Amino acid sequence: MNTLTQTPEPGYTGYVAQEHHHDYAGDSLLGFWIYIMSDCILFATLFATYAVLSTGFAGGLTPKDLFDLEFVAVETALLLFSSFTFGMAMLGAQSKNMTQLLLWLSITFALGGGFLVMECYEFYHFSNEGAGPTTSAYWSAFYGLVGTHGLHVLAGMLWMIVLVVHLLRDGITETNHTRLACLSMFWHFLDVIWICVFSMVYLMGVM
Amino acid sequence: MANKATIVTDPDPIFGKLTWDSIPFYDPIILTTALVVIMVGAGVVGAILYYGKLRYLWEEWLTSVDHKKIGIMYIIAAFIMLIRGFSDALLMRSQQALAVSDSSGVGYLPPEHYDQIFTAHGVIMIFFVAMPLIVGLMNLVVPLQIGARDVAFPFLNSLSFWLFVVGAMLVNASLFIGEFAATGWLAYPPLSGLEYSPWVGVDYWLWALQISGIGTLLSGVNFFVTIIRMRAPGMTLMKMPVFTWTSLCANVLIILAFPILTVTITLLTLDRYLGTNFFTNDLGGNQMMYVNLIWAWGHPEVYILILPAFGIFSEVTATFSRKRLFGYTSFIWATVCIMVLSFIVWLHHFFTMGAGASVNAFFGIATMVISIPTGVKIFNWLFTMYKGRVKFDSPMWWTCSFLITFTIGGMTGVMLAIPAANFVLHNSLFLVAHFHNVIIGGALFGYFAGLTYWFPKATGFKLNETLGKWAAGLWTVGFFLAFMPLYVLGFMGMTRRLNYYDNPTWNTWLLIAGAGALIILIAICVQFYQVFASIRDRKKNLDVTGDPWGGRTLEWATSSPPPFYNFARTPHVMDRDQFQYLKDHDLAFKQPAEYERIHMPKNTWAGIVIAVLSGIMGFAMVWHIWWLAIVSTAAMIVAFIVYNFQRSKDYYVEVEEIERIENSYFEQLNHIENNDLSNDTNEVSKPGHSLSITA
Amino acid sequence: MGNNAQSHGGAAHGTVKEYIVGLILSIVLTAIPFAVVMNGGVSSGLTLVLILLCAIAQVFVQLVFFLHMNTSSEQIWNTTSAVFIVLIVAIVVLGSIWIMQHLNHNMLMGH
Repeated sequence: MNTLTQTPEPGYTGYVAQEHHHDYAGDSLLGFWIYIMSDCILFATLFATYAVLSTGFAGGLTPKDLFDLEFVAVETALLLFSSFTFGMAMLGAQSKNMTQLLLWLSITFALGGGFLVMECYEFYHFSNEGAGPTTSAYWSAFYGLVGTHGLHVLAGMLWMIVLVVHLLRDGITETNHTRLACLSMFWHFLDVIWICVFSMVYLMGVM
Repeated sequence: MANKATIVTDPDPIFGKLTWDSIPFYDPIILTTALVVIMVGAGVVGAILYYGKLRYLWEEWLTSVDHKKIGIMYIIAAFIMLIRGFSDALLMRSQQALAVSDSSGVGYLPPEHYDQIFTAHGVIMIFFVAMPLIVGLMNLVVPLQIGARDVAFPFLNSLSFWLFVVGAMLVNASLFIGEFAATGWLAYPPLSGLEYSPWVGVDYWLWALQISGIGTLLSGVNFFVTIIRMRAPGMTLMKMPVFTWTSLCANVLIILAFPILTVTITLLTLDRYLGTNFFTNDLGGNQMMYVNLIWAWGHPEVYILILPAFGIFSEVTATFSRKRLFGYTSFIWATVCIMVLSFIVWLHHFFTMGAGASVNAFFGIATMVISIPTGVKIFNWLFTMYKGRVKFDSPMWWTCSFLITFTIGGMTGVMLAIPAANFVLHNSLFLVAHFHNVIIGGALFGYFAGLTYWFPKATGFKLNETLGKWAAGLWTVGFFLAFMPLYVLGFMGMTRRLNYYDNPTWNTWLLIAGAGALIILIAICVQFYQVFASIRDRKKNLDVTGDPWGGRTLEWATSSPPPFYNFARTPHVMDRDQFQYLKDHDLAFKQPAEYERIHMPKNTWAGIVIAVLSGIMGFAMVWHIWWLAIVSTAAMIVAFIVYNFQRSKDYYVEVEEIERIENSYFEQLNHIENNDLSNDTNEVSKPGHSLSITA
Repeated sequence: MGNNAQSHGGAAHGTVKEYIVGLILSIVLTAIPFAVVMNGGVSSGLTLVLILLCAIAQVFVQLVFFLHMNTSSEQIWNTTSAVFIVLIVAIVVLGSIWIMQHLNHNMLMGH
């Protein structure tokens, strides 16, 4: 408890000598990171549900009957490359190169869009084959988990459009840079979740 | 009630399931309540319009991003909801006092109504009374304690608050339009599934909790970042005030636990709306998974409620014992241990579901282990008082009452943690008595202590002390009378949630419990009268110094109520009890030589607008009015984007204005000091009247 | 990373090289489990271990090379919170699986 006896230095007034400029960007980045952490728990809950319901086929179709790994590999590739291209966009933002930034962002957008289209096709295909979200507990959990990831990707793409409007209006300002950094965290995070999805759902599903 | 005729199975394209039959005109109790609410509401709105306060209300309160105002609004909303939650409690107590076969028959509440009442009571008390009270106190106090000017994300704070209000409004709407869930506060499936709850009660439950839960999650993130990044220079983690520490841990729990609630509720929503099979009886669904998930959220939730209360007791005990908190470090580590351990005990809520010996043993032991750090804290408080010069102001009354009550509740908790005993006690009134014992005697008494303690900081005047002590005393007596009989009844085999029973020996105990509830009713009336009387006599209890109790932490280092920017100059922290440190070194109450302009956030319409739209969305979803749900969701997204593109969200407070505000505060201070030389005024209003170095 | 790392509040930036290395490692760590499962021939126990190891490794690769996590003082809260989240995720997922296995067995679910 030696802090008790600490006497103030001469000139100590109880307040700071000079007011400091607060780092608002740092608040946003930490705040967004913490939001992502809570999103991890959200996905963990969905994964736990998926794991627990993973045998609830109710005598119906199983993933072995439907999953097509080559298709999933293409989806994975799209998302993985989009993570890389977003990184390139961030480098563009860092060097204040608007053309590079917008170019890589549109490639990222296209890759994300491709992923979503493939996912929608997959859902449509499975449902037509007789494995819709209401077919059995397993398929409910499958659509719940994979669909939530897909919704996140969709949200990320909407955000990308909003951000591009911001960029076109104001340029690469400090605020826009912070926004980009948050979206970049979000996008990479979605890729990390997808790693868990293709490993736990698709690869283990056909084993 | 949900008689078959009112349940619309094929929703209308315009009105969904909503018809005139949805409004229970036939029920005199509900109709009267509705009329009273409508009249009071109309009266309030009329008064606002008559006095032309609408603009003031909108600009100064509804759109405010000031953490102090948001905190006050949280607390007011909580007390309004307390009236409803407590009315439900009185209805239940009176029903059980009457509903025995050999006296007056079946009571006056039909089962389907009674079921809604106990569900609403639980939901309201946890989500819409306890949560807003604690989030409100955090809002009020945490930024002040850490020497910050606002929270990290002021707009999100406003949004969180309004999302909570919207959730509360949905619960209240269910009273007058449709029905509320009749499933128990956690709505276990399959009872809460479409098959057994076909009408809108469970849907109200789902959307109210979903909307307010997301608000709470945003609050959690906001306060975590605030505490981590906005502390005044010099305030290291181990120099943080205890309430801030416990709030930090509670917010970590919010961030970790609330996503589980979000998912669990969403999956049940999907089961009800889209016909998925997560928790259904057939097609591979598993109801036990719901119970597992909801308690993986539910157990951390009770620590979200209690940890900040522990922090309040620590602040109060230290201040009124005129000593530092005994064993600060052990207290902090105990809090952190509880925070981690609270994630490995959730199964003790369903020992009897059949997990078997090894699982039950693990979770039983974990539950007993978590009582150890809690016990550590009891000693922290006791030893803080030991050899202190304890002043028994009303916050101390709540604290002492808590120490006894909570210890009893903790011990019955350890009893319930023994799986073998749990098989006897589960679902009995023993359990009901236990959790009321810890939530009322632990959390709620803590909030009341905190409200009394920080009331002058928020308003500029103290609450009436005599009435405060009466309230604390009556609450304590009422609590023991109302809940000790329930322990006995639990041993006698009475299960919870009974609308009717035919064992006359239980009746005596239930009458005693009913009497206890009436004493609590008197206590609550005293509290409301206390607030009224204190506002009426505020001139007598003015807190002109900003330090009415001889406080030790930074929130007392500014005026009461604080200026909107909290601190004219950012504090530089040297000590754990920084304000006491300033007083000890004769640095407190000194006006800084010069000021600099201050950067502050502007108020915003976005929080309330987005939240109200989410409420419309929730209502539309409850009644299957799809077009409205789509329109309001789209409007929410648009409103958010519009806010996002708004340019000026902040401004600078110029030095002249700061000087004006600060000068008037220091003039007040000087005035008091000069007066003290001539006549002996109220002791508490002397600045730093109780200076002493006690280690 | 040099001066680029000196940015506000824990936002570290990468370099082209870092992103390319991250991409190549990710491709490899994705290709291995896909190849093993698609070609078969490996015992299911070993396949399971391989899938899990590659997944964990790739998560780390992405965290380090794409999200630039490290233990510098600016990043300390990001890293600490991530480690803590991993613990809670493990508790929630493994705990639920453990509990539900026992419950399903004892309560004869799905039989």
